[in-house]
Amino acid sequence: MSETIQDRVLRVIATTQRIPLERVRPDSTFEELGIDSMDSINILFDLESEFEIEIKDEDAKKIRTIREMVDGVAYLVDAKQKASQQA
Amino acid sequence: MERVVITGMGVLTALGPDREAFWRSLAAGKSGIGPIPEAVGPAPEFGMNCVRFKNAGVVRDYDPEAHFPRKTLTFMDRFAQFAVIAARQAVQDAGIEWTPELRETTAIVTGSCMGGRTAAEVGYWELFHQGRSRVHPLTIPLEMTNAGASHISIDFGIQGPAFTISTACSSSAHAIGQAYWMVRSGAAPMAIAGGAESPLFLGGLKAWEAMRVVSTDTCRPFSADRTGMILGEGAAMLVLEPLDRALGRGARPLGEIVGFGMSADAGHITQPAPDGAALAIRAALRDAALAPEAVGYINAHGTATDVNDRMETAAIRKVFGHHADRLAVSSTKSMHGHTMGAAGAVEAAATVLALRHGILPPTANYNAPDPECDLDVVPNQARAAQVETALSESFAFGGLNAVLAFRAYSG
Repeated sequence: MSETIQDRVLRVIATTQRIPLERVRPDSTFEELGIDSMDSINILFDLESEFEIEIKDEDAKKIRTIREMVDGVAYLVDAKQKASQQA
Repeated sequence: MERVVITGMGVLTALGPDREAFWRSLAAGKSGIGPIPEAVGPAPEFGMNCVRFKNAGVVRDYDPEAHFPRKTLTFMDRFAQFAVIAARQAVQDAGIEWTPELRETTAIVTGSCMGGRTAAEVGYWELFHQGRSRVHPLTIPLEMTNAGASHISIDFGIQGPAFTISTACSSSAHAIGQAYWMVRSGAAPMAIAGGAESPLFLGGLKAWEAMRVVSTDTCRPFSADRTGMILGEGAAMLVLEPLDRALGRGARPLGEIVGFGMSADAGHITQPAPDGAALAIRAALRDAALAPEAVGYINAHGTATDVNDRMETAAIRKVFGHHADRLAVSSTKSMHGHTMGAAGAVEAAATVLALRHGILPPTANYNAPDPECDLDVVPNQARAAQVETALSESFAFGGLNAVLAFRAYSG
């Protein structure tokens, strides 16, 4: 079974944050996972590499939950696919 | 213990080539922040297109050959050039007449965060991109963070204690503080102290971009719509002397340094904490034997990041209590940008000039109040105010804090 976007985001978070994958759930809060603002920037950096996307500073500042990370990445991946189809 | 006065000052920033231009802009509330030129570092073909932010406090219309022979320039990165130019201005301003003894005993203490990192970047480019097997033989002497202090000593033939402090954004506040203590204790009869920085090379810009703390707009400290810091380049140097010696030789002091305090947050590597900042402010007041109520103006660290400005407001409230509402607090980074290792010195210069002229420079680019930064930040317009005592605050990444206390000199 292929990995969904959500699976990939959770895997990146677990790897970057160095915590067991089982602990990372879509409804986990940053506080529960011990993610501070610098950790969040590290995770966004690794998500940009994983999905070959660019996350703007303004959007990065708004992200407060894992769910928002998953949704944001899904949106950017979708936008990238549409752009490449049009090209 | 000697009383220590500032008898000379040199400043080179985005606000102009000297102290006069610097003060003119500060007093007018005029920002020098603008677009970074295309040619940055060794790879101008990458240019600024790959950097998400476009503005900085750039030293413009700068011609190195107007200041140094070509042969000398071979040995000097841009930051070291700035250091020497500011030191020359300061020494000339102070009207120093060198004697062999003074040359042997004067101290030089400089601050720099990144030193001549542009030279290192050129080396990396040659190795990793161009596939060359060698780098320029002067890469190390150009790059070393102490190059500023070394070139000042060479330029003037000064052989006293000379060293460089690198504590990120507090570097030159720490440097001035150490020099102040050396002159106060009699360990040195005079000191040249300050900082220099030239951080606008591509690898450095990309590193700051990655931290997501640089504004794509401009620097708006304490404003509700602030979006981060703006990098700046430049240098500032002060000549420090015992009051008696300065008056004895007929010098006119620009201001007096009365205290210095340091602390470490012992917390997070990038997230500042009000407790650590408050410790440094209290240490400076204690060193100066000042009551908090004696302070009338604070030149804030005021980077315009969301976190710093909230933290700094909390720290000031913690130390000053009700008096915080009677203090004027402004960030001149809104005009010259965040000059990193030079920031402590550039802002010390701004603080001394504010006391001297009886004018408090504003926080420029200010749009809207933030309830979490509810101090009197002197928004946009300079203010005439005869203030006796002022602080200059520096709070570095890594949680290393330095606060200087100054008094107006009216002799």
